[in-house]
Amino acid sequence: MIQEFKKVWKQYTIGMVWLLGLLWPMLGIHADGTLTFQKTITIWSYILAGSFVCFMIYIMKSGSSFKFIADPVSRAANGVKSASAALPIWVWITVAVVLALIYPQLAGRYGTDVAITVLFYICLGLGLNVVVGLAGMLDLGYIAFYGVGAYTYAILNVTYGLAFWVCLPLSALSACIAGCIVGYPTLRMRGDYLAIVTLGFGEIIRIILNNWMTLTNGPNGILGIKPIGIFWPMFENGFTFEHIWVKKLQFFYYFALGLVILTIIGVHRLNLSRVGRAWESIREDETAAELMGVNTFIYKLLAYAMGAVFAGMAGAFFAARMKFVSPESFTFLESAMVLCMVVLGGMGSIPGIILGVVALIALPEIFRELESYRMLVFGATMIIMMLFRPAGLIPAKRMGTRSEEKEG
Amino acid sequence: MSLQPILELKNVHSGYGSIKALKGISLKVMPGEIVAIIGANGAGKSTTLMTICGIVPIEKGEIYYDGKLINKVSAEKLPTMGLCQVPEGRRIFPRLSVMENLRLGAFHRDDTDQIMKDIQHSYEMFPILGERKAQQGGTLSGGEQQMLAIARALMTKPKVLLLDEPSLGLAPIIIQQIFDIIAKINKEEDVTILLVEQNANLALQAASRGYVVETGEITLEDEAQSLLTNPKIREAYLGE
Repeated sequence: MIQEFKKVWKQYTIGMVWLLGLLWPMLGIHADGTLTFQKTITIWSYILAGSFVCFMIYIMKSGSSFKFIADPVSRAANGVKSASAALPIWVWITVAVVLALIYPQLAGRYGTDVAITVLFYICLGLGLNVVVGLAGMLDLGYIAFYGVGAYTYAILNVTYGLAFWVCLPLSALSACIAGCIVGYPTLRMRGDYLAIVTLGFGEIIRIILNNWMTLTNGPNGILGIKPIGIFWPMFENGFTFEHIWVKKLQFFYYFALGLVILTIIGVHRLNLSRVGRAWESIREDETAAELMGVNTFIYKLLAYAMGAVFAGMAGAFFAARMKFVSPESFTFLESAMVLCMVVLGGMGSIPGIILGVVALIALPEIFRELESYRMLVFGATMIIMMLFRPAGLIPAKRMGTRSEEKEG
Repeated sequence: MSLQPILELKNVHSGYGSIKALKGISLKVMPGEIVAIIGANGAGKSTTLMTICGIVPIEKGEIYYDGKLINKVSAEKLPTMGLCQVPEGRRIFPRLSVMENLRLGAFHRDDTDQIMKDIQHSYEMFPILGERKAQQGGTLSGGEQQMLAIARALMTKPKVLLLDEPSLGLAPIIIQQIFDIIAKINKEEDVTILLVEQNANLALQAASRGYVVETGEITLEDEAQSLLTNPKIREAYLGE
């Protein structure tokens, strides 16, 4: 154990000194020009103590000094794993759906609000998953289609007074058309080039929204979007339907949940279909896919358009929820966030992406008290995750699931 | 031979941008034959196959398959017509299972029952693939991957199979096995084979006729047996 410690203590010391050098400019230099050291040293010594304990535990673990604890722990973990494997998948799905259904009753207004954001991002993440996880195309301008969907509903509703349910398919359609227009010239490229071009096109769409004053009202955004309207059965004077606006957050939560369930089913079915197989072959080896008779261009365009459809629908819900849209909601940072969620959760894995979204939306909310440090925590979490689980929280299970099913 | 060639190249030119890889390739493949194209590194052997398949765009000349001009036919339509390639370096889909790799070979077909039968048939022909059907393609050994690549191409029900360097990076005993399989496919499945190889000795033993490619041009064309005994060929390609 001592030898092992000697091997790494030097790196550890260098790391801690480097951290001190990083911390002091952030904490010790003040706006009025004074320099202090007290706070830096205090925080640094806390981190030093904490990391030293972690470090010692790590060394003892790799030196197998913890066998007496680790053995029963791993046995227990295995037990849990086999127990969870014994339960059929539909039990888990039922539990998840029931939890999602009763959630707004348990959580307050704030909790429901955060949950609605989570649902929007799940929809976006799953849509992007079609493009990135299945077809293997790195898309950095994805949020633009969310914007197209949101603006379609906003403009149609405010200018022409069209109802939400009429606009929802139109939003999906316009996002799909935007996807095809952007995709047609760009999808001839591969890899890094594609990423750069999609980034460019994403920005172009945002800048159009920002500058087309007559249509989008520019950076001021569009105000006064109507919420979702539904016909609710009333029994007061006989049996009639009354038109009501979904204004209560809890109601809206259920609509967003419906959208997510629709998206999950859609993406799942696509994944299992012949189209999904074509997408995966393109991701694995585009030339080989072409040689096997897959029309790579059409399937890539289809992946791009399908991703845009899910984003467009989420966008319409977003506009109905916020009652206001402006180009600021659709910046590159949002695209990057959605991509982070997909990568963190596990590309191609539906439960993984849901977990990734929950982690990336909920974590910053939980750590809200840490104020500006929460972004630090966020960054550190991302780094640690990528070090320890590079394939994502729940890596996609693709080992022959589809084929065995077909064969049986 | 009064038969019409099933695959014919007439003065084909192609290349990558300003680099001209093929400077007038002409060759004929008769139905039922095994034809070998031999040549050194960078002679244009693989480019010839990639040009036939439409991956590398053709600049000049004509390619006829089954009497039809296929210059402008896009790559993904050729498997439907019965022309399929096993690309160099195998290029199986590494993260898909063996089974899914095979199903992708049958991508353009919609006769599900027959596809399942054909997959069973592949397992009979390559028992190792049957044992590993749920395994990811990338976890197979080199020889197994080559078998998978051949089996995947056979799933397209080809009339003509283009094989690019099937011996690449394989152990001698496995290479022999692969060439036995190639001969078997040619005889039992009635598939015409155009074979590109650096291993000239093996390729000419398997083939009935051969072409020698040097810097994008056909320099020699003959019966495989005569090429094998040709002193020039023996010196240049067979290491004597």
